[in-house]
Amino acid sequence: MSYLHEPTAEQIQEQKLYREMGLSDEEFALVQSIIGRLPNWTETGLFSVMWSEHCSYKNSKPVLRKFPVDGERVLQGPGEGAGVVDIGDGQAVVFKIESHNHPSAIEPYQGAATGVGGIIRDIFSMGARPVALLNSLRFGELTSSRVKYLFEEVVAGIAGYGNCIGIPTVGGEVQFDASYDGNPLVNAMCVGLIDHKDIQKGQAKGAGNSVMYVGARTGRDGIHGATFASEELTEASEEKRPAVQVGDPFMEKLLLEACLELIQNCDALVGIQDMGAAGLTSSSAEMASKAGMGIEMNLDLVPQRELNMTAYEMMLSESQERMLIVMQKGREQEAIDIFEKWGLEAVVVGTVIEDKQLRLLQHGEVVADVPVDALAEEAPVYHKPSREPEMFSKFQNEEPFVPAVESKKETLLQLLAQPTIASKSWVFDQYDYMVRTNTVVPPGSDAAVIRIRETDKALAMTTDCNSRYLYLDPETGGQIAVAEAARNLVCSGAEPLAITDCLNYGNPEKPEIFWQLEKSTDGMSEACRTLGTPVIGGNVSLYNETNGVAVYPTPVIGMVGLVHHLDHITTQYFKAPGDLIYVIGETLQEFGGSELQKMQLGKISGKAPALNLETEVKRQKQLLEAIQNGLVESAHDVAEGGLSVALAESMMNGNTGASVELEGDLVSALYSETQSRFLVSVKPENAKAFEAMNEDAKQIGFVTDNAVLRIDHENQEVLAAAYDELHSAWKGAIPCLLTSKA
Amino acid sequence: MRFAVIVFPGSNCDIDMFHAVKDELGAEAEYVWHDEESLDRFDGILLPGGFSYGDYLRTGAIAQFSHVMDGVKKAAEAGKPVLGVCNGFQILQEAGLLPGAMRRNESLKFICKQEALKVVNNETMFSSSYGKDEEIIIPIAHGAGNYYCDEETLKQLEEENRIIFRYKNNPNGSVSDIAGIMNAKGNVLGMMPHPERAVSELLGSADGLKLFQSIVKSWRENHVLSS
Repeated sequence: MSYLHEPTAEQIQEQKLYREMGLSDEEFALVQSIIGRLPNWTETGLFSVMWSEHCSYKNSKPVLRKFPVDGERVLQGPGEGAGVVDIGDGQAVVFKIESHNHPSAIEPYQGAATGVGGIIRDIFSMGARPVALLNSLRFGELTSSRVKYLFEEVVAGIAGYGNCIGIPTVGGEVQFDASYDGNPLVNAMCVGLIDHKDIQKGQAKGAGNSVMYVGARTGRDGIHGATFASEELTEASEEKRPAVQVGDPFMEKLLLEACLELIQNCDALVGIQDMGAAGLTSSSAEMASKAGMGIEMNLDLVPQRELNMTAYEMMLSESQERMLIVMQKGREQEAIDIFEKWGLEAVVVGTVIEDKQLRLLQHGEVVADVPVDALAEEAPVYHKPSREPEMFSKFQNEEPFVPAVESKKETLLQLLAQPTIASKSWVFDQYDYMVRTNTVVPPGSDAAVIRIRETDKALAMTTDCNSRYLYLDPETGGQIAVAEAARNLVCSGAEPLAITDCLNYGNPEKPEIFWQLEKSTDGMSEACRTLGTPVIGGNVSLYNETNGVAVYPTPVIGMVGLVHHLDHITTQYFKAPGDLIYVIGETLQEFGGSELQKMQLGKISGKAPALNLETEVKRQKQLLEAIQNGLVESAHDVAEGGLSVALAESMMNGNTGASVELEGDLVSALYSETQSRFLVSVKPENAKAFEAMNEDAKQIGFVTDNAVLRIDHENQEVLAAAYDELHSAWKGAIPCLLTSKA
Repeated sequence: MRFAVIVFPGSNCDIDMFHAVKDELGAEAEYVWHDEESLDRFDGILLPGGFSYGDYLRTGAIAQFSHVMDGVKKAAEAGKPVLGVCNGFQILQEAGLLPGAMRRNESLKFICKQEALKVVNNETMFSSSYGKDEEIIIPIAHGAGNYYCDEETLKQLEEENRIIFRYKNNPNGSVSDIAGIMNAKGNVLGMMPHPERAVSELLGSADGLKLFQSIVKSWRENHVLSS
């Protein structure tokens, strides 16, 4: 899409050049009718990025409308840079998750790094101090050299950016499945803290006020990134490498400190917004549209780091570490002074105008003049056709998979070594998860917990999504994703507050894919309503396909919870010999989509595990109450690999063992993935009170001091494994896969 | 006792250092921006970790030219305690206040984890509150903490008892398991592990607190003796 001379408006129409930018014939005609003439090259570019799925949600809006977005604590729902939830004492938590899948597939280090940078800007543009980062990653199986390369570089990119800027990366999840082979998922989440009085809006209010450009200069990097993110990946995608931006975390650190200083100390600040996807275009059009105003901008004033940039290039550039702010007329110098202290440029580039137009001037000429609402609000909304795929009824009607297991111990060791279950310390040891010295529960337990200084409270946070269940049954899988995230928070001693979600799917123009999107968001919505955790924001990433094959439907849930008192913080690890071990919830024979099925068959099929949301909520409430009453020593969600894996994971601090007696079908008791179950340990003196509070809890054994996991069934020992064996299988798996030859 | 916490553009452990000294140690602390020249009003100087100037060119290579480094050098000459942690250590090396250089970790990856250290010399103003050979847990978080010096320097460091901390399980390839060293005069300590992150059991370890307590103890003794 680079031309020596920009095509004329007529050429764009006649040669259908808009198609290269991702606009359809109908959309181009719509643009023409809105502005009452043919758009020029720059204007066509503006519409193409603003109407891309990435910016307009034109394909996903109908499903996003279903999400519950209100709640007593919600101070800001979807629509701004990030959602805001009240946590009492005049404070609030701000969080959002966003995808950077396509850039990471092409240039994994910079793709992942700039994904982190972008989500951090969303948080501090709200006025919040970013206090934690999380992520959710998906890769193909760790057997090909390409996947290993993507995995290593993505992790290095996240580490490189987060460590340098000094925000701890405290948690996340990584899963591996062949469906992500050519299209990894890289979702980054940031959590911030804010005083209510500092909450900002990205609005350009007040005619005559100054529009200022702050931060890094604009180059030609990332042009059309948003459009690129709204296409399927093909072999030709390698050619799009220039669309990937390059991150500079040092610059962002300066920008972050300068912006927070401005927000907290200068009442002349009217509005602030990140220049993220579609850069200068989206920030200016959205800020103006939200305020019911327009913006006139002189592009000659935009700080540039390359020569002879055209209006088109400047408006579509996705150069990183830039923000757009609006200052009261006459008080621009206050911003300039603060940014100067941090060695940054702050330049007046335009003015807020009454006329609801985005009017761009360059070299003394008007180079674009289009209605801001048309760009920001009036993208067409598509109700895509939806069709239940044949495989769904096939999965539903399939005979349930009943695994045969010879050696119980070998099977447990193998499960612990599956990359999805195995220790992720290879990953998070590369993240500075301690900087800012608030991390109470580091990565590895059910959820990460950070304290809130000068209070007795803490925040728990997690990212979750078992996409295998969603692939088999998107509605149930969507419910499970939300329920499991909440389970993780409850196990950590937190009350779940709200979620942010990142909807990663294939091409929505395929009815079967749109059906997945519809069904899974139905499931998520219902779970959010029942669990009382509204959706306060998020991101949609469609077209995650490589050469026509879609990833598993992967709506990643980022959930944040409030720990009301530091004493409530709980981890999954057993604490002291003699403590009683309980399982909350019954176990059924449920192996569809399970880790054991994947391990034995190399693929998944059948029904996803069932979920009863009422039961889920009841158990979560009862367990949380027990934790808050000081009755629980450890708590762990029973998930992939079933109870045997949960028991082993609870021993991984290396000090304790466990001796338990299981009942019923042994293979199910050990490995089934029945939902809504918790593994809990309780001091003997608290047993009575705990049992009275948790009606579905059943004692199965006790914590021992011999660092051995011993499992009995019908009065016979069926499994005995030393900590060392369990730990080395679990801990060594990922480093071993990475060093073995592909 | 009054500490300066030096802040360079890109420092990111400054708040951790500040809170460790102020909240956990109970001493006075003040942030000092990199363009200040005089540190005369302070009794101790703390150079925190982070990525000063993005660590571009080489870790600590640009920060050594900051105006504030004149004040740091003056304080070092005056015998005031100067502690550089992580990036602070790298800056002290670049500024010539401590010998040796940092290479990238042997794994070529950033490493963040709790690490066991041995207190090799507990007769210094930074370590007198520890026992001899005491094993302590202090976290590391760095990409370039692989300490290097030539054999002659190493011999000198050893003979003069200037190696203060050694790793129990060398995580990064450092020569002679070195985690922290001191200047010849005994008032400038550089270490890669982060004592300011180990000042509260809630966060996993409080073993770093004794280091700060040692500094205060030494200052009090000198202060009482000289007054």
